[in-house]
Amino acid sequence: MIAEAGLAALWIAAALALAQLAMGALGLRARPVLAAAVAPVAITQAATVTMAFACLVAVFARSDMTVLLVASNSHSAKPMLYKIAGAWGNHEGSMLLWVTILALAGASIAAFERRLPADTRMATLAAQAAIALGFYAFLLFASNPFARIAGVIEGQGLNPLLQDPGLAFHPPTLYAGYVGMSAAFSFAVGALVTGKVGPEFARAMRPWVLAAWIFLTIGITAGSYWAYYTLGWGGWWFWDPVENASLMPWLAATALLHSVTVLATRNGLRAWTIMLSVLAFSMSMVGTFLVRSGILTSVHAFAVDPERGIFILALLALYIGGALALFGWRIGSVTEGSRFDMVSREAALVVNNLLLTVILVIVLAGTLYPLLLEATSGDKISVGAPYFNSVAGPLALAMLVLMAAGPLLRWRRDEPKALLDRVAPAVLAGALALLAVAVFAGRIAPLPMLGLVVAGGLAIASLAPLGKRRLDRVPLFTWGMVLAHLGCAVSLAGMACDSAFTVQNMAAMNPGETRVVGPWTVRLGAVRERPGPNYQAMEAVLVARRGDGAPIELLPQLRQFTDPPMQTNHAAIHTAWNGQLYLVLGEQAGDGRWLVRLWWKPFVVLIWVGGALIAIGGGLSLIGRARRDLAARGGLRKEPAA
Amino acid sequence: MKRGLIVWLPLALGLALMAGLYLGLRKPEGHVIASRLVGQTLPEFTTRPVLPGQPPSASADFRDGRPRLLNIFASWCVPCRDEAEMLVRLKAQGVEIDGIAVHDDVDALTTFVAANGNPYRHLGIDEAGRAQMAFGSSGVPETFVIDGRGRILYQHIGAVTEDDGRKLIAMLEHAR
Repeated sequence: MIAEAGLAALWIAAALALAQLAMGALGLRARPVLAAAVAPVAITQAATVTMAFACLVAVFARSDMTVLLVASNSHSAKPMLYKIAGAWGNHEGSMLLWVTILALAGASIAAFERRLPADTRMATLAAQAAIALGFYAFLLFASNPFARIAGVIEGQGLNPLLQDPGLAFHPPTLYAGYVGMSAAFSFAVGALVTGKVGPEFARAMRPWVLAAWIFLTIGITAGSYWAYYTLGWGGWWFWDPVENASLMPWLAATALLHSVTVLATRNGLRAWTIMLSVLAFSMSMVGTFLVRSGILTSVHAFAVDPERGIFILALLALYIGGALALFGWRIGSVTEGSRFDMVSREAALVVNNLLLTVILVIVLAGTLYPLLLEATSGDKISVGAPYFNSVAGPLALAMLVLMAAGPLLRWRRDEPKALLDRVAPAVLAGALALLAVAVFAGRIAPLPMLGLVVAGGLAIASLAPLGKRRLDRVPLFTWGMVLAHLGCAVSLAGMACDSAFTVQNMAAMNPGETRVVGPWTVRLGAVRERPGPNYQAMEAVLVARRGDGAPIELLPQLRQFTDPPMQTNHAAIHTAWNGQLYLVLGEQAGDGRWLVRLWWKPFVVLIWVGGALIAIGGGLSLIGRARRDLAARGGLRKEPAA
Repeated sequence: MKRGLIVWLPLALGLALMAGLYLGLRKPEGHVIASRLVGQTLPEFTTRPVLPGQPPSASADFRDGRPRLLNIFASWCVPCRDEAEMLVRLKAQGVEIDGIAVHDDVDALTTFVAANGNPYRHLGIDEAGRAQMAFGSSGVPETFVIDGRGRILYQHIGAVTEDDGRKLIAMLEHAR
């Protein structure tokens, strides 16, 4: 019965979305009765679809094998956490999660957004309903998660790579980021309909962009660390199409975050901000589409038939095409914002925005080029990491250099000479970094070398806005910016160190043998069998010592899953203050020796520490803005509750 | 301010993207397409040398009457690292392998060979991926069986496992 209840809830939610769209559209033509109902309907719609999602989680938790989706993706022997996570570890369930978050975003706009003009807010909610409606239709007509099946006793299990605690939370986090961008998209559509784009609109939109951006940042950082420790390849970013699919909306959102600030503070970049809002969510949808259509194969792609792909593509064409057409048609009514000089914070942000967009285009092109080439000529090629690193890398470095200068510039216009004085300490820090590398590391490749220099300069420059100020007077959102920018420097330093200083050793070892990697000596004690909850593992006992230091025991596993059959390498990682020792057990060679891969990765952790700093910075910014807004609202309270 | 036609540019780009994705969706079933060159003569290619003393791979070397393997790989490709050991073992069994490293550079490749062994008779770099495209290969690693007259007999996609190794040896024997 639970499955039927879930399906019913889904139908009702779809009907409510239709009502919300119709009321919003009619409400714009001055039907106040309808207009007043839009917000409550949006909230009810979210509550209903949340119930549907709860029903899906319930059938997974109970291992109800009469539900097709459970039978094909779960297994009664799985730990409870993975049974529940199994609800979104498949195509249908993840689409339901997607639309649930979409409806929740719409409901929170309806419940909390008070700053937008009433008509813009209504158009925003109508746009949100239009998006939801399409995805409800997709679920109900092409991807019913509640379909029944008869005669199944046991399920087929969840992809073992996805059976990891981190993975239970990774998709919801990333989805919150992807779908949170829908708020910005709907805001932009709403503003295009009413033509009201200005600082007030930007201030209303900013928290939504910021929140979604924080989720994306966390999702990408966590996903990268997950790939690092579960795939057992020692890498942290593979330019996998699906990684790119999460990076592209992040790049657009980062650009949007900054341009919306220019709009809020200086009333500039109006059309550009609208464009980026559309772009950010479009990239989120393209990302979802690439993953869900099965058009790109990767660990993230659930097998899906092309019919569904066509359905989603039609939705995408409708929404993205519709929004861009609206942009072309209506942007003329959005008047130009205020102007600024070539040397000003606005100008730095514009250039930064452009660089972010160019990087986005490069990533998009690299991701889609093989598809296009194959579609047109039948040739299959791969675009590897070298393309992305060599093309996007230098641009990203240029962007980070500008990022160092941006916060040191004044709004509207600034003196180039004064700027030089302000960036001098950062330049000095970069020079010191160069000197330190030359002294301690000797010759390293140019790109990591530049990376370390830029990281040094950027770290100092990002702290500069705090200089000559009483720290207790610095607003919270300035702290947020400082931390986020510092996080970029930290992350960059980690990437550069990993690429310049990592050493690896691949060895076939007998028990009792010793190998050296970097400053570590690693001895293979024994390889033993180790049963897990739903897998069999071979576990190597490796004892690592650094010089005369205390021995550390590390236990990498080679796991063999049976439902479905699949092998994974679970790395064992020891984190020291200056890097990580990363050990992986491979298969047994013909002569009885075990393949062991050993990596010493100096300062690699900085990559994710930086990511965390960026997310925390975003959080502080969000809290700081919210506090200021609350204070302002308490002081004015002149806006009627719309 | 006159914005003119430029405001329609995003729409045009967006629709072009959708059209591209649509074409991508309509591709034939199966994610791996075997090279259409199987059964045909090896396309002309040259590569750039990597290690001092080791000649670069070139199509001209393949017409000396001796069948051998042609391995397309890259130092940045993880499965290639996995298959390296198997290739070294094949070499130990007398199999001649010529290597083409695609989208690669000398430093990375030197490190790769030092770490994973050098099973190659000839080894060269194909920086732009041209040789790979000429082969119509779908990615790395791939291994081709070439007979003594320079014809492609077989295309193996993905890392060479122990079983694959036996199969490749059998094919080379047969081609002799």
